[in-house]
Amino acid sequence: MPPITKDLVAQHNLTDEEYQKIVEILGRGPNLTELGMFSVMWSEHCSYKSSRLHLKKLPTTGPRVVQGPGENAGAIDIGDGLCVVFKMESHNHPSFIEPYQGAATGVGGILRDIFTMGARPIALLDSLRFGELHSSKNRHLMRGVVSGIAGYGNCMGVPTVGGEIVFNDIYALNPLVNVFCLGVAHKDKIFRGTAAGVGNPVIYFGSKTGRDGIHGATMASDSFDDESEQKRPTVQVGDPFTEKLLLEACLELMERDVLVGIQDMGAAGLTSSSCEMASRAGNGIDLDLAKVPRREPGMTPYEIMLSESQERMLMVAKAGKEEECLAICRKWDLDVAVIGKVTADGILRVKDEGKVVAEIPAKALADEGPRYERPYQPPSYQDMLTNLNYDAVPDVKDANAALLALLESPTIASKRWVYEQYDHMVRTNTMVRPGSDAAVVRIKGTNKAVAMTVDCNSRYCLLHPYEGARLAVAEAARNLVCSGAVPIGLTDCLNFGNPERPDIMWQFVMAIEGMKDACEHFQIPIVSGNVSFYNETNGLSIYPTPMLGMVGLIEHSERTTTQWFKEEGDEVFLLGTSREDLGGAEYLKVVHAREQGSPPYLSLDKEKALHECVLSLIHEGLLQSAHDCSEGGLAVTLAECCMSGAEQALGAVIRLTRGRLRKDAILFGESQSRVVISAKPVHRQAILDRATQSGVPVEVIGSISGNRLVLYVGDEGSTEKVIDQPVATLRARWAFSLERTLRES
Amino acid sequence: MNIGVVVFPGSNCDHDCQHVFRDVLAQDVTMIWHKETSVSGLDAIILPGGFSYGDYLRTGAIARFSPIMQAVKRFASEGGLVLGICNGFQILLEAGLLPGAMLRNRSLHFICRETYVKVENAATPFTHLCNPGQVLKIPVAHADGNYYTDPVTLAGLQANAQVVFRYCAADGSMTPESCPNGSLDNIAGIRNAEGNVLGLMPHPERCAEMVIGNEDGRAIFLSMIASWERNKSVGVR
Repeated sequence: MPPITKDLVAQHNLTDEEYQKIVEILGRGPNLTELGMFSVMWSEHCSYKSSRLHLKKLPTTGPRVVQGPGENAGAIDIGDGLCVVFKMESHNHPSFIEPYQGAATGVGGILRDIFTMGARPIALLDSLRFGELHSSKNRHLMRGVVSGIAGYGNCMGVPTVGGEIVFNDIYALNPLVNVFCLGVAHKDKIFRGTAAGVGNPVIYFGSKTGRDGIHGATMASDSFDDESEQKRPTVQVGDPFTEKLLLEACLELMERDVLVGIQDMGAAGLTSSSCEMASRAGNGIDLDLAKVPRREPGMTPYEIMLSESQERMLMVAKAGKEEECLAICRKWDLDVAVIGKVTADGILRVKDEGKVVAEIPAKALADEGPRYERPYQPPSYQDMLTNLNYDAVPDVKDANAALLALLESPTIASKRWVYEQYDHMVRTNTMVRPGSDAAVVRIKGTNKAVAMTVDCNSRYCLLHPYEGARLAVAEAARNLVCSGAVPIGLTDCLNFGNPERPDIMWQFVMAIEGMKDACEHFQIPIVSGNVSFYNETNGLSIYPTPMLGMVGLIEHSERTTTQWFKEEGDEVFLLGTSREDLGGAEYLKVVHAREQGSPPYLSLDKEKALHECVLSLIHEGLLQSAHDCSEGGLAVTLAECCMSGAEQALGAVIRLTRGRLRKDAILFGESQSRVVISAKPVHRQAILDRATQSGVPVEVIGSISGNRLVLYVGDEGSTEKVIDQPVATLRARWAFSLERTLRES
Repeated sequence: MNIGVVVFPGSNCDHDCQHVFRDVLAQDVTMIWHKETSVSGLDAIILPGGFSYGDYLRTGAIARFSPIMQAVKRFASEGGLVLGICNGFQILLEAGLLPGAMLRNRSLHFICRETYVKVENAATPFTHLCNPGQVLKIPVAHADGNYYTDPVTLAGLQANAQVVFRYCAADGSMTPESCPNGSLDNIAGIRNAEGNVLGLMPHPERCAEMVIGNEDGRAIFLSMIASWERNKSVGVR
């Protein structure tokens, strides 16, 4: 083994102080294997060393919480003895280097997190961020990521039921791939990653260990530069077929009384799974590397301990149940071997060929990594971003053209080209498919359904990270509410730049504060999550993107509501108030090429009142449709109500009160806490009364008729027709835009 | 009726088929592990969708060597009902129980969407509860569903009414656009000459309950159950 030099320590992304701490812990200098193990476990990716102090502020408890943060995934009680297990994770860096495999293994990793807990995965959603599609590189990244997600998820038989995609050149050199997965488990049969019971066997199963992905966690904790594509060998290669076998084998093992604990080998592979399981139980583990199934001969202990080969698991079985475990794994044609046992001394001891090659207190490796209270302060340019001089932005002249431009812009356009490549129906639970505010899947054996959404407007977060994070929570909850679901839990995937920069750290801290305040107000616990720092290339950071995956419960599945208009003659209502909220609006970007201003105003009280109002209207069966008003404002929302139904397109005649607002603000402004609903005329009075009782402003704005969207803006006596388009035209622009962009340019 | 659903490594619509027959249509369902060698006691066999053996090499190419397939072939040759859905259809092609082959979709992408299929032959055990020419809305989800065969075989399929389902528009008109994958002659499903083996790419098990929005697929399963009951009453399989 080479001597441990300063250079070698630096190559492992460890600072001098961190190295000194390792020497203190061991009472001696580490050997190369130990240095490697510390470097991955103490990487930002695994240790959360910059974020942990702040993550602690988030609300993580509640009456429904079965498992909060700290395990492979969070779990929330949905009644009937069941719980939903969910988590969201990023795979940004690998997806930039190798889009297909990067995205595919991202899906594989999050799936393992879910079924490791004893839950069968029933839904996937993805949040993606790419640069604009005029660049062939961005188109290549998008095609690769979408087919990677499809390739893995489809083969696994887990439907990809929803998601969202935003295009902005800030993501051109650092695309985001965030994958959310939800599974269902019996509440009393949740499995955890614990190595309890001294003497119990430690069993490896799944794929063989190869040299791929060594130092993936370290790579994910570093910024990128022009040389990054040379890091391709650190991206793992996924094998969804083996993962499918692993899934079925795990669930079969869990039905028997054989398991003590189980954890997947994700980032930092065998090192993280073994030391974390040992640490949780306060035990140690002895591992014998000679028994680890390997893909090739000649692998060193360093390589075996750090490999991030996919589709591998570690379980601690009950003593005496080894043979039963081995038999089940072999039935599913998986590699399997007893590679160690649980010890009482708290040490992770790794042997190879009879020699001890690493000996580290498990707790030190897993939980005693460095913690940093990094300095933070707002960037000098922050005021410039929020300062929007409205006088310099002329009001809209041709609203028809502006609407069509927005509908066609890839961020707002239909994502049909994407979601048709994902099997979104397998497992026959999908009640609301991709393309509504939230995806809804029924829970078999009950009359319940679960709604899910992934959301984050990162431009709002750039302009004001605290407000942006509050807005993200509010919008996610509103999406669920519009589908008839009560929000019950949240997972987050916090994508930021380099935390060693005070301005980035400021964005992070502000975003956490915003999420905290909003979640506390709505009483939505955050039960799992992931932090992805260092999302910057050549010193340019992404917009702060605290992505949220929120889950809601629909007690009676027949009350599930979708966003599109249902029937000619129905009346259309607007709940909430329109304000002059053009700051950060998609309209400003698409039409005026500006990404500035203060994000929209949000009152958490008003938002909460709106949620309660919409839910009670839906529960009483008064609504035909409900659609959250977000990117593109009321005009885009109404167009989506008209054209997004799979079966039919319906026109509407709408009159919007202008008051003192600019025309573009009323049409395309993104005021929060607004929902467009439609209902049979007979329910009109009940709806008006209910909204008034709830303290939610309400207005009848028109009715569903014909096959054109006609929009008047003005006040009594002086209205102006500003939009008049056949729904077929709107739909043609919107539905096929992505396809056109990808094929034509 | 006791329905056997074969589970290959990588099958992923096996639970969906089990759910429809057992929970929706109240039939007995037996899950058959692919390493088994017998299908005795079963009244019909489903080869479900999925990615058997990861679709590695070629869809269905490895699954046809699974031990259970010998028993399935025997069962079919004795007149037993065999239904292959999606990957199951691909396996039936590779196993030689149905003629032809699957190419990659015209778009080269995996496609998951609603399609309409026309019942071209309503006199089979799988379709006799449908009206001739009836249009069913059934979703597809596959990357390799572009049916291909040589002209002579195609002519034979057409002449013998072996083309059971063809992709069409909602109004039943046969257009190239209504075909999601580029299949020859818009073929979505075919039967063998004897009529007891059917393969189709669309997934009827995904549209057998109103709670998920559509139950057009039920007709196929109900036809199977009814024809088995009829045969049982006259004493044949």
